[in-house]
Amino acid sequence: MSAAEDTLERQDQLQGIGCSRKRKEDPRFIQGKGNYVDDVKLPGMLCGAIVRSPFAHAKIVSINKEKALALPGVHAVITADDLKPLGLHWMPTLAGDTQAVLADEKVAFQQQEVAMVVADDRYIAADGAELVEVEYEVLPALVDPHKAMDDDAPIIRDDLVGKDEAGQGKRTHNNHIFTWDVGDKDATDRAFDNAEVTVREEILNPRVHPSPLETCGCVASFDKINGALTVYITSQAPHIVRTVITLLSGIAESKVRVISPDIGGGFGNKVGVYPGYVVAIVSSIVLGRPVKWIESRIDNISTTAFARDYHGIGELAADKNGVIKALRFSALADHGAFNAHAQPTKWPAGLFSICTGSYDIPVAYARVDGVYTNKAPGGVAYRCSFRVTEAVYLIERMIDVLAQKLDIDKAEIRRRNFIKAEQFPYQSALGWEYDSGNYLPALEKVLEACDYEGLRKEQAEKRAKGELMGIGLCTFTEIVGAGPSKACDVLGVGMFDSCEIRVHPTGSAIARMGTITQGQGHQTTYAQIIASELGLSSDDIQIEEGDTDTAPYGLGTYGSRSTPVGGAATAMAARTIRAKAQKIAAHLLEVSPDDVEWDVDRFQVKGNPDAVKTMKEVAWAAYNNVPEGMEMGLETVNYYDPPNFTYPFGIYLCVVDIDRHTGETSIRRFYALDDCGNRINPMIIEGQIHGGLNEAFAVAMGQLISFDEDGNLQGNSLMDYFIPTFVETPHWETDYTVTPSPHHPLGAKGVAESPHVGGIPCFSNAVIDAFAHKGVTHVNMPHTAFNVWKTIHQLGLDN
Amino acid sequence: MAKTQLSFNLNGQDVDVLVEPRELLIHVLREQLMQTGAHIGCETSHCGACTVDINGQSVKSCTFLAVQAQGAEVMTVEGLASGGELHPLQAAFMEEHGLQCGFCTPGMLMRGYRFLQENPNPSEDDIRQGMAGNLCRCTGYQNIIKSIQKAAADINAADNA
Amino acid sequence: MIPPSFQYHAPSSVDDAISILTQYGDEAKILAGGHSLLPMMKLRFAEPEHLVDINNIDSLKGIREENGMIVIGAMTSESALIASALLQEKCPLLPEAAKLIADPQVRNRGTIGGDIAHGDPGNDHPALMLALDARFTLVGPNGSREVEASDFFLGTFYTALEADEIMTEIRIAPQAANTGASYHKLKRKTGDFATAAAAVVIEMSGDTCQSARISLTNLAATAFRATEAEAVLVGQTISDELIKQAAAKVMEACDPAEDLRGDAEYKTHMGGEMTRRAIKDAIKRAGGN
Repeated sequence: MSAAEDTLERQDQLQGIGCSRKRKEDPRFIQGKGNYVDDVKLPGMLCGAIVRSPFAHAKIVSINKEKALALPGVHAVITADDLKPLGLHWMPTLAGDTQAVLADEKVAFQQQEVAMVVADDRYIAADGAELVEVEYEVLPALVDPHKAMDDDAPIIRDDLVGKDEAGQGKRTHNNHIFTWDVGDKDATDRAFDNAEVTVREEILNPRVHPSPLETCGCVASFDKINGALTVYITSQAPHIVRTVITLLSGIAESKVRVISPDIGGGFGNKVGVYPGYVVAIVSSIVLGRPVKWIESRIDNISTTAFARDYHGIGELAADKNGVIKALRFSALADHGAFNAHAQPTKWPAGLFSICTGSYDIPVAYARVDGVYTNKAPGGVAYRCSFRVTEAVYLIERMIDVLAQKLDIDKAEIRRRNFIKAEQFPYQSALGWEYDSGNYLPALEKVLEACDYEGLRKEQAEKRAKGELMGIGLCTFTEIVGAGPSKACDVLGVGMFDSCEIRVHPTGSAIARMGTITQGQGHQTTYAQIIASELGLSSDDIQIEEGDTDTAPYGLGTYGSRSTPVGGAATAMAARTIRAKAQKIAAHLLEVSPDDVEWDVDRFQVKGNPDAVKTMKEVAWAAYNNVPEGMEMGLETVNYYDPPNFTYPFGIYLCVVDIDRHTGETSIRRFYALDDCGNRINPMIIEGQIHGGLNEAFAVAMGQLISFDEDGNLQGNSLMDYFIPTFVETPHWETDYTVTPSPHHPLGAKGVAESPHVGGIPCFSNAVIDAFAHKGVTHVNMPHTAFNVWKTIHQLGLDN
Repeated sequence: MAKTQLSFNLNGQDVDVLVEPRELLIHVLREQLMQTGAHIGCETSHCGACTVDINGQSVKSCTFLAVQAQGAEVMTVEGLASGGELHPLQAAFMEEHGLQCGFCTPGMLMRGYRFLQENPNPSEDDIRQGMAGNLCRCTGYQNIIKSIQKAAADINAADNA
Repeated sequence: MIPPSFQYHAPSSVDDAISILTQYGDEAKILAGGHSLLPMMKLRFAEPEHLVDINNIDSLKGIREENGMIVIGAMTSESALIASALLQEKCPLLPEAAKLIADPQVRNRGTIGGDIAHGDPGNDHPALMLALDARFTLVGPNGSREVEASDFFLGTFYTALEADEIMTEIRIAPQAANTGASYHKLKRKTGDFATAAAAVVIEMSGDTCQSARISLTNLAATAFRATEAEAVLVGQTISDELIKQAAAKVMEACDPAEDLRGDAEYKTHMGGEMTRRAIKDAIKRAGGN
């Protein structure tokens, strides 16, 4: 065997970075041995059921618990009045607002939490909830955010009357939450005034819900003797939950243990702290018994926690050749009755300012106004970094609108506006420094793979016959991996993440992380990073997450931050260990540390391939034979504060055929090229892309949380709320390029949210493109058969 | 409400439990018999996470009273592997990355198990139709389809060996 | 999402079931497949004191031919309809349409009789029964009676079935020679009720329509037959123009409720479109052009 073959074989054995290692999580899941929150059963455990408001806006006249309390098996009925003495009837939100834990004198959205019945089991709890009598005095409901700031608008938040701020800067109206803006407004306005061409479009990102298959829930268990609280919870951020519990309850953080066990999908739904959790915890403290609370699907869709609801206006200014000169975007953001926006604290509109996209736009201005309405509080980032979907949707729609206005091909207009490879690191007009990108070759690759010109020809032929076919392009740039602590914190805690690695004497290792997997396969991929960095087989590396008693503090998993931040922490921790190991190896080899070099899984004396110490040998020595003055052991913890976000990008192409009689759409082809930098596990990346595309498909083509004029939520079960099945879901084609991140230790960028962020505008662009020849520039999502038919029918294309 | 005695066969073992007539099979399986593989996802029989096999048919156990299982042969994901060997479908889900968060997986496996007996040589479209009662939010279904195709091939190859 | 308490009855004969129903009257509900009733109970929209599970009554299951008629037990599952060789040969419309109902697991539980007797305008079998000119056997304390499908559907969740009666059998004539049938259903996704659906049975003689039955799902308070649309076709040489006229007559007869599937205008148009497609398919299958 040659030296090169030997090296390759040793690399393969590690199952490290770049290999499609099979998942280590799978054996328990495929045998029914996962451990999700609802699987937790503790001795003496009680169950909570929430009494919810049937009205969107009403005063609570009275609550009568007597009948419920008289039901055998009911232990308590908890209302806001019971929480008041503890100061827990309101709680802080991640966005600087406060939220009623249980409705305090009034309800402000339908299905709001009014009381919790705690009983022996879920059957009795449900019966008890039926017996709680609540008398309401119905108030006029505010449903349309555009009317929120009218003079005569109903006041949603009586508790804020007279307060000129709600945690996010100055308010100008009782239903106003914040106004946030960024960019050079005057210069942007001037560019628009002087532009050869301008386009403007009102573009809605409708209210939707992430709906992971597992709903939210928890089991709270308070040990009265030790004063210690354990909470099993469906949380994407268990450490922050622990901090919040301490801040709310006053129990020392060292006596609060939060465990995120297996999580049945998160997609942003499981970032927040919800009233059900708080009441279950209080109930456990009061009753001294474990209390479980699990949402029903209807509760989930109705209350925890919507995404989007951005009513945007996009404007672009350009020259006649389609070169963009300025961008002006705004959005009216409907945050519901409480501003429970999931965000880094200082970012009331999240990272919306990524809205300049993949294009070199000299000047830009963006503004978001947040308002209260009588709807469930939020919103969360549904499989995306904070408000990035909304931003990308606007720019990717608007560039199509501009192309249509100028009759420029939709691929060509992108070529003319792309940030060029040599411009990176690129400083965007709204303040971001894009780390790396190479858009044009990726676009050409996709166009060629799909025979874009052939598709356009076919489309022209179909149009001549009256048939509807659309071709959608999306060439997006994401911003993920929140984030540098100088810019990002949650309740004052910087958005670093962490990894602790401990190498055992016989050369296996355990790593504990501040992140928490919800299906992303962390147990598999983090081990691959360590395997490559330390030269130990990934099968010998155990990964643990989610238990705040054992894992180092971390900010959790959302916003595609696990690889950019947690993965970086893992690499840095491993490198610290390797640096120590190098000294030990040199000591064993009786040379200076500078005289040894790393070779896959071993240290070798430079120029002497026979003088080697494997990492396994070094691990053993770390516990019995270290250089003089060195501490024994081989472990470290790294808290990684990223220097910048990462900016993955993608080029997507979608072909849709539309039935002009029914409005039904058929996705003939969806081609997704993603560039997430260096790739740790291609199999898992592809799986993430498939899933993200499917969620994009769901959002673009069917998902909608809608309300009638009284604020009644329409369609809150999976009968109406669109989760595509096997039958509706298209076939996905994936591709990739690799443009490493220059600042990430592994050159990786994060991927799981790109397909959702980039997929949604791609589907929309395809559907709208089908009508472009009829002058249609925009139609709002979701593109249900009904909505598409309305366009067809208005244009008379169904005749 | 008075409880009634319920006896059925679960994964090859006879079990006896006391249940209220209104108790749903999914709750009895999970909370009394501690078989927590089957999950509750929607409660309205749309998601299929609670799918189990009853007398040779796939059933959504959230919409099935436990008392209706009297005398029945019930199989859950916990009974899929036998003699320490994974069922080919379980192995294929691992091999083809047919799962992510794992929450839908027990339902997918139980439906897939029965589906492959109904149709041992399915086309992709057959699989999409035959599995249409099970929702997944993570995978976009494509790798589940590959898993079922692989399992079909593996089962058929073993049968012909 | 927890059903309220009830007393459970699992009779093994129709007579026993009827005596339970007679005893408890309005307090009792029949449990067939349960995929409509149990969700309603979980939402506490339905709170029966007594639940009469008729799944153990074997005589209510199965498909057979008797005196030249196809006889389907009311508790026959949708899956059994799909699998039936007899139906595939002599009444192919039923297995074809059953495949469009719900999903595989739900079809294992859902029954033809439950689907009919529930009286839900969104259910598919009512329109199919109207198009197939089916007759239902209803058994009560005073014996059995036969009701034609056209006399059965009285309103939303309101049928000719009395509270103390059970539907036991459905009788359908085998598909006649030169006859074709088709069911076209537009739905948002698997498992959904129809946005609009049309069932069509047509007998042809060459290019001439001898007889036609057209009925619609989810386009009014109940499934209904579009007799004026049928009249457009009967005795005529079929042309695209004529089919369009029939579809227009269907649209005139539609009176759908707006919901998340669409507004009345859309649903009405889809009623026309599904009719147009079903007529074309039915004619093709009847051997016409």
